[in-house]
This record gives sequence, C-alpha cells and structure tokens, in this order.
Amino acid sequence: MEFPQNCKYTKDHEWVRLEGDTAVVGITEFAQAELGDLVFVDLPAVGKSVAAHATMCVVESTKAASDVYSPLTGTVAAVNDALSADPGLINKTPYSDGWIVKLSNIQAAEVEQLMSADQYKSLVGK
Amino acid sequence: MKRTPLYEEHIRLGGKMVPFAGWEMPVQYSGVIAEHVNVRERVGLFDVSHMGEIWVTGSDAEQALEYLTCNRVAALVDGKAQYSAILNESGGVIDDIIVYRFSPERFLLCVNASNADADFAWLTQHNPTTATITNASADYGQIAVQGPKAIDLLAPLVKSVDLRAVKPFHFIEAELLGTSMIFARTGYTGEDGCEIFVKSERVVDLWRLLLEHGESYGALPCGLGARDSLRLEAAYPLHGHELGTDISALESGLGWIVKLDKGDFIGRAALLAEKERGVARKLIGFVLDDAGIARQGDPVVDPSSQREIGIVTSGTKTPTVQKALGMALVSSDHAATDARIAVSVRGRAIQGRIVPLPFYKRTKV
Repeated sequence: MEFPQNCKYTKDHEWVRLEGDTAVVGITEFAQAELGDLVFVDLPAVGKSVAAHATMCVVESTKAASDVYSPLTGTVAAVNDALSADPGLINKTPYSDGWIVKLSNIQAAEVEQLMSADQYKSLVGK
Repeated sequence: MKRTPLYEEHIRLGGKMVPFAGWEMPVQYSGVIAEHVNVRERVGLFDVSHMGEIWVTGSDAEQALEYLTCNRVAALVDGKAQYSAILNESGGVIDDIIVYRFSPERFLLCVNASNADADFAWLTQHNPTTATITNASADYGQIAVQGPKAIDLLAPLVKSVDLRAVKPFHFIEAELLGTSMIFARTGYTGEDGCEIFVKSERVVDLWRLLLEHGESYGALPCGLGARDSLRLEAAYPLHGHELGTDISALESGLGWIVKLDKGDFIGRAALLAEKERGVARKLIGFVLDDAGIARQGDPVVDPSSQREIGIVTSGTKTPTVQKALGMALVSSDHAATDARIAVSVRGRAIQGRIVPLPFYKRTKV
C-alpha cells in the first residue's frame, strides 16, 4: 500500500497535505480498502468550522456509513464536488482526485503532532 | 466464531472476512460493486454454508410442518420447494425458510444461519406429532451459483440429469464429483441460479471445481456485501431487517405465504384477528430524491406533518438500480405508492417517495 511521504497522517486514517496555508484532507489507501466501494460522500458545507478529532463528514459504502474525523482544527475552505458524482474516486485515487476537503485557518502546532508516513505505515502494519 | 469448510479458500482468494451471525464470512473479494454487477451480467459463486439445514421425517412429517410453518405444505410434490416461515404465537416471524419435499415422509428445511439453533429448538418443542426433527446443519455446506450464466455453467458438469429441465423452485438430487448433491433452482439475488447442498467434507472440492470450470463463464466469488445489495434490489426480505419476531408476517409482506384457510398452525389465530382489525403497518419500498442514503433504523417521516410514520428496515445505494433506495415499515395509512416521504438521516430530512417493489426484476429469456 502507498502512503506518500509528503502527507501527514492520523490514527483515524486521514491524510493531510499542506498547500501553502491550506491543508488538503482525505482518507488513506488503507482506510478506503477497509471501507470497500464507496457510493456516497456526505460533504460538509464550505465555511463550516471543524475541530480536530470531531466528525467532519461521512463516507458511505453499500454496507455502512462511516465518520471521517477532521485531522485539524480549522475552517472548510473547499470541498471536492467531484465526489458527488463519483465517490469511487476515493477508492481509485485516495491521495489525488479522491481528496475530500481543504481546511484553512489551521494551526501549525496541530500539524506538527500528526504522524509521518513511516509512523502511519507501522501503525497499520502494511 | 464458526468457520465454513471454505474458510481457507476465502483467505486464499483475498476474501475480506467479517463476523456474520456467529460466523466468519467473506464480505467481499474483488469489491462489492464488481461482484454485484457480475451476478447481474454473468455469474457469481457464494459460500452459503453457514445456512442451516433441518430434516423433518416420518409418516406425519407433512402434518407436523402444516402446523409448524405458515405456507400450505400439502401444495408441495416431490422435487418441489416452497418459500415459507416459522411463526410465533403472535404471528411474528421466527424465521423465513425454504421447505423442500423429497418424499411425503421426508422434508428438508433451509433456514437462516443466525436462527438455525433457535429454529431447531422451537420446532422440536412445538412438534405436535411423532415426526423426527434433525438438525443437520453441520453435515451440509451450500454453494449458491447465481446469475444469467449459472445454469450454462452447471449443466455441463452435472451429466446424469438435465438441470435445464429443473424449473424455478424445484430441485433434483444428482451425482457430481462422485457424490450425491442437491441442486435447487432457488436463490437470493433476483437472478436465475442454483443452490447446491453438498456434504461438508466435499464443499472445498465443489468450490474449486466451480471456480475453475466457471472461469470461461466469467464466474467470480462473491461475498455477503453483494448478496445483500442484490437481495435488496430484488426486494427479498432479510430476517433481522424486514422480518422479526416483533413484526407480524402480514406487516412484513409475507401475506402471500400465510395460508389462513389451511387449518391450524402456530400464529394463525393472531393473524386472523390482525386481518380482521386491519394491519397496522406495511412494508414499503422507497427511493430518495435528495442526496443521502437511508440505513436500517432511520425514522421515516411524513413531510407534510413532520410526524414519524415508520422506520427504515434496509437501505443503501445499489449498483444496478443506482439509486439510494430501501425498504421501510410504515403505518398503513401512509403506505400508498407514490406518496412523498422523508427519511431522517443524521437529523436531516432527506426527501423521497414510495415506489412499487421490487426495485429490480430480471428480464426472462
């Protein structure tokens, strides 16, 4: 499984990639494989404030709905509207076209605390 | 947790194992959507060895089953199968089952894995006759071969009989791999197919044969995930969802298998009374027009009054119909086809409407 070095990770299986002052967030390849084929993503509203570790949105497979937790405190600056038409983008390309939200107003200290790719890789044992 | 004889095969095939009804079962191999579509378009192989098998035998076997199940057992002939249910005294559904008649004195019941032990105990306790009831669940494995290519795949393998001549809801005993198996033209996917009962010690051999021979027919191993989305499109009820001991057989849409005029059976008095006073709830199908997916347990609301009118029993977005759909138990005065409903999903009302069932019906060739 692939866990890009330019991302940071949470124990809840989200990834974060910094683009300037914004953080792009998605779920990891491990997470999408565990969830199976996704058929719906309940995206948050742009402008919504999110707290680290709180539910940020919900992804749904044919079998079940699963919470995605915000890796950071911040504001939803953008959501990936392409997921409305094709939630399977998360399964196919979890780190690129399958991104879920972009967060602004983030705090550097919280980013520091996230796991590195190697740490995450040893957590999931892949 | 129990394992079927095919556990090692599932691991080897990359099956993702999950707990289900006390069993460790594959939820998927290649992916739920791919497996679902493969069953609709070609053929899928399902390990359903967790299902229970109960024999009812003896000179009064038929009499016993007339009392213990709600469908008309006398309508069966040798080689015919019948969808039926075991009801409790209040008309609730202990289990939905298939009854296979081998002879007037020999019947096989195929029951749900989660209910097999409870069914056996109930049947034994309530047996009004001297018929012998035997729990043979450990003796049999089952493989379901489902899809438009299912019979094309199987027929050349089973040379001693003509499987194509076996009509839906009929079965035949025949030799394969040097052992006797039961081939039943039944299934739980909405497609043509066959469920094969085989002695536990030969399930692995049969599975490997079907996989190998099935390759040229596009056969894929399929897990419980696809089984669930397939049965939902076909609007087949699932015990623990649409069916339960606290939902009457008339409410859950099983009225067509409840033969109130056949003589006494467990649950009859309660269902007669219920019919007389009117059935309070009805099982309906719905689709959602707004974005969102309804799940079991979500409240169904009347959008005009905002009043709660029922509860979702199953729901997802399915691969063939490609809509967020489901089934729900709603109060009978809100159950008309085309009626607007809303489902409360995580506190938000998602608008939808009641539609006729099933969601999917195969085109017969």
